This record gives sequence, C-alpha cells and structure tokens, in this order.
Amino acid sequence: MATKLRARAKRRISPTSERPLVQWLLIAISLAFMGIILVLPLYAVFHEAFSKGIGAYLAALTERDAQAAIRLTLLVAAIAVPLNVVFGLAASWAIAKFEFKGKAFLITLIDLPFSVSPVISGLVYVLLFGAGSFLGPWLKSYGIEVLFALPGIVLATIFVTFPFVARELIPLMQDQGTGDEEAALSLGANGWQTFFRVTLPNIKWGLLYGVLLCNARAMGEFGAVAVVSGKIRGQTTTMPLQVEMLYNEYNATAAFALASLLALLALVTLVLKSVLEWRFGEEIAAGSH
Amino acid sequence: MSTLAATTPRRAWGLRKPNVIPGFGLTLGFTLTYFSLIILIPLIALAIRSAGLGLDGFLKAASDPRVLGSLRVSFVTALIAASINVVFGTLLAWVLVRYRFPGRRIFDAVIDLPFALPTAVAGIALTAIYAPNGTMGALFAPLGWRIAYTPAGIVIAMIFIGLPFVVRTIQPILEEVSHEVEEASATLGANRFQTITRVILPSLTPAILTGFALAFARAVGEYGSIIFIAGNIPFVSEIAPLLIFIRLQEFNYVGATVIAVIMLLISFAILLLINLIQAWSRSRYGYGN
Repeated sequence: MATKLRARAKRRISPTSERPLVQWLLIAISLAFMGIILVLPLYAVFHEAFSKGIGAYLAALTERDAQAAIRLTLLVAAIAVPLNVVFGLAASWAIAKFEFKGKAFLITLIDLPFSVSPVISGLVYVLLFGAGSFLGPWLKSYGIEVLFALPGIVLATIFVTFPFVARELIPLMQDQGTGDEEAALSLGANGWQTFFRVTLPNIKWGLLYGVLLCNARAMGEFGAVAVVSGKIRGQTTTMPLQVEMLYNEYNATAAFALASLLALLALVTLVLKSVLEWRFGEEIAAGSH
Repeated sequence: MSTLAATTPRRAWGLRKPNVIPGFGLTLGFTLTYFSLIILIPLIALAIRSAGLGLDGFLKAASDPRVLGSLRVSFVTALIAASINVVFGTLLAWVLVRYRFPGRRIFDAVIDLPFALPTAVAGIALTAIYAPNGTMGALFAPLGWRIAYTPAGIVIAMIFIGLPFVVRTIQPILEEVSHEVEEASATLGANRFQTITRVILPSLTPAILTGFALAFARAVGEYGSIIFIAGNIPFVSEIAPLLIFIRLQEFNYVGATVIAVIMLLISFAILLLINLIQAWSRSRYGYGN
C-alpha cells in the first residue's frame, strides 16, 4: 500500500509547479523571443561587419576618421565617468550616512536624468550655450566653445550617465549603515582615513558595478551627443555618431565594423557585470536590480 | 547609534540629525552644486525659454499638426511596444525565476543586453534584420508585410530597448512571492491555472504596472535605435524626439523647446505614477522596489 502511494506520488507533479511539457513549452517560447529580439541584432552586427572580409573590416577601423572617433569616445568617457564617480561617492555618503530633511526628494532628483529623453538632454545645453543664449556668446568672447566642441559633448554625456554610480551606491551604503565608520572614528581615524580604509573597501564591488554601467552608457550615448556635437567629421564625432554618418553614406560595412567595437564593449560589460553579480552578489546586491 | 548621536555636542546643521560622522557639509554641498550645474540649471533654461513664449504662443506652437502627429506616433507605438513587453517580460521573468534549465545564467545575463548595447548600434542592426532583404524582413516580405521603414519597425526597436525594464522589475518581486501561499491555494483545491491567475498574478500587478510604465517612458523618449528603422515620414513614422532634432537643425529653438516641454511633462507624470504605484504596492503587499 505504502509503496503504491509513493509510486503515485512520484508520477504526480508538484502542486506548486507546472507540468514538464508546459515548462518546456514556456522555456522554448522565451528562448525564441530572446533569440529574435536580443541575440539576432547582436549577431547581425558582427555578420555585417565581416561581410566583405577581414581586410575591409580592418581598413574601416584603421581609417583616419574612425581612429579620431575612437579617441574622442575614450576621451569623453575618461572625463565624464570619473566626475560621475566623485559625484556618486559624495551623494551616497551624504544620503547614506546622515539623516536630513528632503532626503527622499533628493534621491528622486538624482534619478531624474533617466526620465529625460536623450535628445532633450542635449537640447537643454543647446538652449543654455547656443545662439541667442546669454552664456554662449559670453564664453565665446573668451575663446571657449561649448557647443559643437568637446565641452558640450562631455556635458551631455555627464547628463545622461549622471545617476548610474550614485543609484548603485546609495542603497548599498544605506544597507551597510554607519557602524564601521563610527568604530574607525572612535579609534582615532580622521574622516578621509575612514573613507579610504573603511568605506571604500566595503563598497568597492558595488562601485565597480556602477562604473561599468556608467562607462557603457558614456561610450555608447547617441541622442544627447548627436544634438550638441555638430558632427564635424574627425573632430566632434564620437563612435556612435561616426557609425550613423557612415551608415547614412551607404557605407554599411564600415558602419558595422565600427559598431562591432561598440558591440564588443557591450559584451565585455555584460560579462563583467554578470561575474560581479555571481561572485559578489551579496556585496552589490542592495537594490542592484 | 542614538546614544552616540546624543553625545555629539555640535548641532551645526539645523536640518539634519546630529551625527559623529564628518563630511556632511562637503558631500551634500558638492552633490547639490554638481546637480545644479549639470541638471537643474539646464532644465531651468528650458523652462525659461518656454515660459517666454506665453501660454498663447506655447499652445500655438504645440498645436502644429506635425508636432501633434509626431507625438501621436511616439505615444501609440510606445503603448503597443510596452504592452507586448509586459506579456513577454512577465513570461521571461517567470521562466527565469521558476525553471531550471541549461544556460539559464547566460539567458539571465543576455536580458540586460539593451542596457549595454549602444542605441545607434541596435538601430542599424535592427534595420539590417528587418529590411526587406534582411533575415526577418525576408520572412515577412512574401506576405506583403513591411517592418523596417514603417511604424512596425518603431515598435520592434521599442520592444528591444524596453524589454529589460519589465523583466528586471518583475523578477525580484516574483522571487519574493512565497511558495506557502501557492501551497495553501493548491491545498484548498485550486488548480494550477487558478493559483497563477488568482494568487500569483495579483501580487505581481504593481511590478507589472511599474515595468509597463518604465518601458513606456523609455520608449517614448528613445531616439538612437528608432531613427534608422523608422523611415521618418512626417505624420506616419516621425517620432517626437526626431522632430526636436529636426527643429534644432532648422534653428527653430522655439519649436524644439515646445515639444521637449510637452514630453518632459508627460515623463514626469509617468514618474509620479510609478511612485504612486510603488507606494500603493508597499502599503498593500508590504514590499515594492
């Protein structure tokens, strides 16, 4: 009797799960959807990039304007990302270690750039520094060009990547509380020592996670930068803008060759991000999704 | 914590609770200054520009048929894309959380691809795939369906960029839904379908709504991945962010500003809605995200 029951229990599916057939069907639909929507575009980039052979691919990447675009993209990210890291550290320190009025509102404000269309992020700087503005002509009289030049591109990039580091660190530091810092201070450490020897080691993986996402967006930003860049070939075209120009000139192979570098950056970002999540999930977990 | 705070003699800032940790003035000061310079002042410049038009001037510029047409295209396509994303996003989150199958971790990592892949790269890749001679386009061409260079192409691009928002909003909530509730439901005689539709889905509703709002907001503001595949025909497939860009290139700053202000007001309304949904969710289910 007992063995009979056990045999029946074995055949019966768990009441809190679906039949295997249903499970496999749902998995198959999900994989097919993901394959078509997400994986196919990634494959297409590399397929198109190498469609005329490796020689054409390398020629497109070593071309003078492409090289200038790569350098500009790296330069812009090298300025924008560290500034947003300093901001993210300052904001999360103020928000996580202290109680003050208007804190919840400040957290909402920090996320604000995510709800602004990238084109609008560029537009606000055109209005601020463009013709007919107050600041633009005044700066120009001192020989400083903001629009259609490096400063404008950097500003637009900072705007769109503004929340990345802060929003990663704020929940993490809130989670960790102030106990470690108070211990360090009571043992005689000063503020900077406390930050560099206690707080920073505690948040390093979360910080790296934020930097990774911030950098991917900074190097890949298109809409905001397109508005302020003026697209002067070889001077103010970042990689994504150069991709657009080549594509619109019906030079698809060169466009996809340059795009493949950006796709590679995306893949490296995803792999590193996943590794961080798997290995240090606990240390970056607070609010990471 | 409270005893430590009580022993602190200084009460330098009336607006915060006393605390032994240093650096409040420095970090909050830097945070507010940086935020003002990068985000607040540019947005105020936009507000001043549009306020200068007066209500009549604003309404006149806003009622331009091409402006209304572009807003309609943006909102209708974003609504369709967000709806599709909610269906498939919920399915993907379900499969990722509930089922174990080979490659699940890679599957999980790939969901974030649209966050990492630059929008211009996604744009040209999607265009290559859905053009009449592309991998997917060729499947639909014999049926007389065109996807690239039509509003359907816009929807495809919006599905691509919006998908992770839905999955990543639902996933953590689904992980929190306790098995005990499902077991109780099954014990009380509900079949699996009833348990899912009457017990699990209702507790996911706030997350689904939030995911929908996030995907919708992102889709409305999106530029880079859409302009290549859209065809950009006024009144048919011209999105609002593109019209801002066109107005700027015509040096029609007023026209660009008006569209931007309308879009910003709608984004802020969506942001408010998301906050309300989450406040409601916290009070009803005790958790939100």
